[in-house]
Amino acid sequence: MLEIRNLHARIDDHEILKGIDLKVGPGEVHSIMGPNGSGKSTLASVLAGNENYEVTEGEILFNGKDILELAPEERAWEGIFLAFQYPVEIPGVATSYFLKAALNAMRKSKGLPEIEAGEFLEMVRKKAAMVALDEKLMTRAINEGFSGGEKKRNEVFQMAMMEPKLGILDETDSGLDIDALKIVSDGVNQLRGPDRSFIVVTHYQRLLDYIVPDFVHVLVNGRIVKSGGKELALELEKKGYASILAEVGMQESLAS
Amino acid sequence: MSSASNDTIARWASSEYKYGFVTDIEADSAPPGLSEDIVRFISAKKKEPDWMLEWRLKAYRHWLTMKEPTWANVHYPPIDYQKIVYYSAPKRDEDKPQSLDDIDPKIRETYEKLGISLKEQEVLAGIAGANVAVDAVFDSVSVGTTFKDKLAEMGVIFCSMSEAVQEHPELVRKYLGSVVPYSDNFFATLNSAVFSDGSFVFIPEGVKCPMDLSTYFRINAASTGQFERTLIVAEKGASCSYLEGCTAPMRDENQLHAAVVELVALDDASIKYSTIQNWYPGDEDGKGGIYNFVTKRGKCAGRSSHISWTQVETGSSITWKYPSCILQGDNSVGEFYSVALTGRKQQADTGTKMVHIGKNTKSYIISKGISAGRGQNTYRGQVKIQKGAENARNFTQCDSMLIGDKCGAHTFPYIEVKNATAHMEHEATTSKIGEDQLFYCNSRGIPTEDAVGLIVNGFCKEVFNELPMEFAVEAKKLLEVSLEGSVG
Repeated sequence: MLEIRNLHARIDDHEILKGIDLKVGPGEVHSIMGPNGSGKSTLASVLAGNENYEVTEGEILFNGKDILELAPEERAWEGIFLAFQYPVEIPGVATSYFLKAALNAMRKSKGLPEIEAGEFLEMVRKKAAMVALDEKLMTRAINEGFSGGEKKRNEVFQMAMMEPKLGILDETDSGLDIDALKIVSDGVNQLRGPDRSFIVVTHYQRLLDYIVPDFVHVLVNGRIVKSGGKELALELEKKGYASILAEVGMQESLAS
Repeated sequence: MSSASNDTIARWASSEYKYGFVTDIEADSAPPGLSEDIVRFISAKKKEPDWMLEWRLKAYRHWLTMKEPTWANVHYPPIDYQKIVYYSAPKRDEDKPQSLDDIDPKIRETYEKLGISLKEQEVLAGIAGANVAVDAVFDSVSVGTTFKDKLAEMGVIFCSMSEAVQEHPELVRKYLGSVVPYSDNFFATLNSAVFSDGSFVFIPEGVKCPMDLSTYFRINAASTGQFERTLIVAEKGASCSYLEGCTAPMRDENQLHAAVVELVALDDASIKYSTIQNWYPGDEDGKGGIYNFVTKRGKCAGRSSHISWTQVETGSSITWKYPSCILQGDNSVGEFYSVALTGRKQQADTGTKMVHIGKNTKSYIISKGISAGRGQNTYRGQVKIQKGAENARNFTQCDSMLIGDKCGAHTFPYIEVKNATAHMEHEATTSKIGEDQLFYCNSRGIPTEDAVGLIVNGFCKEVFNELPMEFAVEAKKLLEVSLEGSVG
C-alpha cells in the first residue's frame, strides 16, 4: 500500500529526514515513536504533501504510484488523510460547510456528482456519533473556539467522513484527557479494516494501549533506528529512548 | 508562499471580467465638456421646471470655485473634466408613450445578459431573476422601471428621478439636497450640476414595502460619465430594502462615475441599502476602469429610525466612497457593513462616517478589506459624538486580509467624542491568508483556488449575512470570480 524509500527532506537549509525506509501493508497499523525533534511530524507532513518541506531524495509510492509530484489535494484524492496535530481555524466557515466542500472535492475527483443534502446529513450524524462529537459544532466555524479535545475529535470525525485508504494521525493524543483519548481511539478502531492502513505518530505508549499497532518504529534524528512489534512500545515506555539509543550506538543523537 | 499557490495567484489576477461587452446602440449625446450651456442642455432634455435648473446652476457655479480633493489614499493622473461627455441616452421615439414594452430590444437583451429581467410576468412567475422591482439606468437615463403600478397601489412611489421631478416636484424639492447639499464636496457638487437620472423612492407612513426595490446601473457609451442621483424617503414607520448593482464595458480609458445617494428616515422608519459594485476594474496594469467617486449619506431624521448600508465593492479601478449616517433622531441606529476587494491594480479608499447627534444613538461598523494582486485597500472611518448625544454607542470592527505580497492594506479610523457618556469600541486586525489554512483545506482534497474562495468568504461572512438572500449568493460568486488568480 505505502512504500517509503530512502526519504530525505529538509526545511530551509535544515535536513530533518535523513533516509527513511518504511513499508505499510493494507490493513496494518504502524506506530512511529521518537523523542522531540526527531522528525515524526515532518514525516507526517511530507506524506500529506506540505510544501514547506523540500524532498531532496527518495521516493514515496502509494499503491505503486509515485506521489511526490502530487499536490496535497491530489494525494487526498488518492486516499491519504492527515489528522493534524494542530488543527487550523478558518473563521466564518462552518464545519458542515467545510466538510461538504471537502467531500464534494473528493467526489469531483472521482467524477461523482455532489453529495445530496439528506445523504450528507445522515453521514454526519452517523460519523459524529462515532467520536461523540456534539453536532452543534457543525454550525460553528471550523476549529474556532473548539476545545483541545473537540479539535482532535473533529479530526477523527473528518477522517471517518473522508474514508481514506491511509490515515495518518499526528500526535492525535496530545492535549487529550484519558476519557477523550478513549473516545478518539475507539473512533479510530472502528475505522480499522482490511483495506485501510494507519500511521500513528505519538510520543507516548499510552495511546497504543487503545490503538494497538502491528508495528512500532523508533525514529531518531531523521532515521528509523529500530522497528518491532507492539512490545517495542512497552519497552520504550519502561526504559526510555536513551537505552534504545545506547543499544543502537546513537547516544549522542539524543543529546544533539 | 509556495510556488503552487503562486501559480494560482497568477491565474487569479488575470481572471476575466464577465460584463465587459458593449451594446451597439444609437445614442443621443451631448458634446464633450462642461459649461453652463451643458447644464442647461441636460435640464432642457429633461424638460425640467425652472427651480430644478436654478439648483443645478447654483451647484455648477459653486463647483467652479472648488478643488478636487487629494486627501484620499488613491493615485491617478488629473481628470480632464472638459473631455467627459455629461449626457448620453439611447435614442427613442419621443412621441410614443413610454412603457416597459417599448424598451429597445437591444437594451432589454443587455440587461438579460446581466441577469436582470425587465419582464414583470417572468419575474412574477419565478422564471427570471429574484422577486424585485427594478429601475434600469442605461448611461444617463432610466430606460424602464418594473412593478411601478403594483407598488403605487400601496402608495409606494418608485420611479426614475427625471420622472419624479415631473410627477412629484413637491417631494423632490423638499428632500433633494437635504442630506447631501449641493455644496457638499467636489464630486457631489459636480453631480448636483449634471446629474441625469437615478431612482426615486418614497414609502408613505406605516407602509412596509412589499418587495425589494433595485436599480441596475449600466455604463455603455464611451467617454461618458455617469452621474446619477438616488433619493429614498421613508416616512414615519415605513420601511424598505433597496439594492443597487453596477457594471460597465471594458475600455482602455478611465470613465468617471460620480453618484449621490440620499436617504431620509423619519420616526421609526427603516431603510436598508445594499450595493454590489462591479464596475469594470481595469486590466492587470491598471489601464482603464471606472473612477467610482460616490457620496452616499443617510439621515436618521426621526426618533428610533434605522439606516443600514451594506456594500460589496469588487469593481472600479478607483473607489472613493463613504456611505454615512447622520444620527439625528434620539434612539436612532446607523449600520455599515462593507466588503471591499482590490485585486489587479485597483485602489479603494472606503469606509463610513457616523455622526451621533441624538441621545441613545447607536452605530455599528463592520469592514472587511481584502487586498490581492497589486491592489491597495484603505479603510477610512469617522465616528463623531456630538455634545448632546448622551449615551451614544459605537462598535467598529475593521479587518484586513492580504493575499500575496504585492498588495497593501491601510486603516485610518478617526474618533471624535464630545460627550463623556459615549461608549466606543474599536477592533482591528490584519492577517495574511494563512499557508496553514490553505494546506489544511488542500489536505482535505480542496484545491487551492477553491480554498481561497472558501477562506475569503468565511472572512466576509458577517457582511454577507446582512445582504438579501439572492444578493448574498451573487456576492459570494462575484468574490470568487474577482479573486480568481490572485492568491499568494
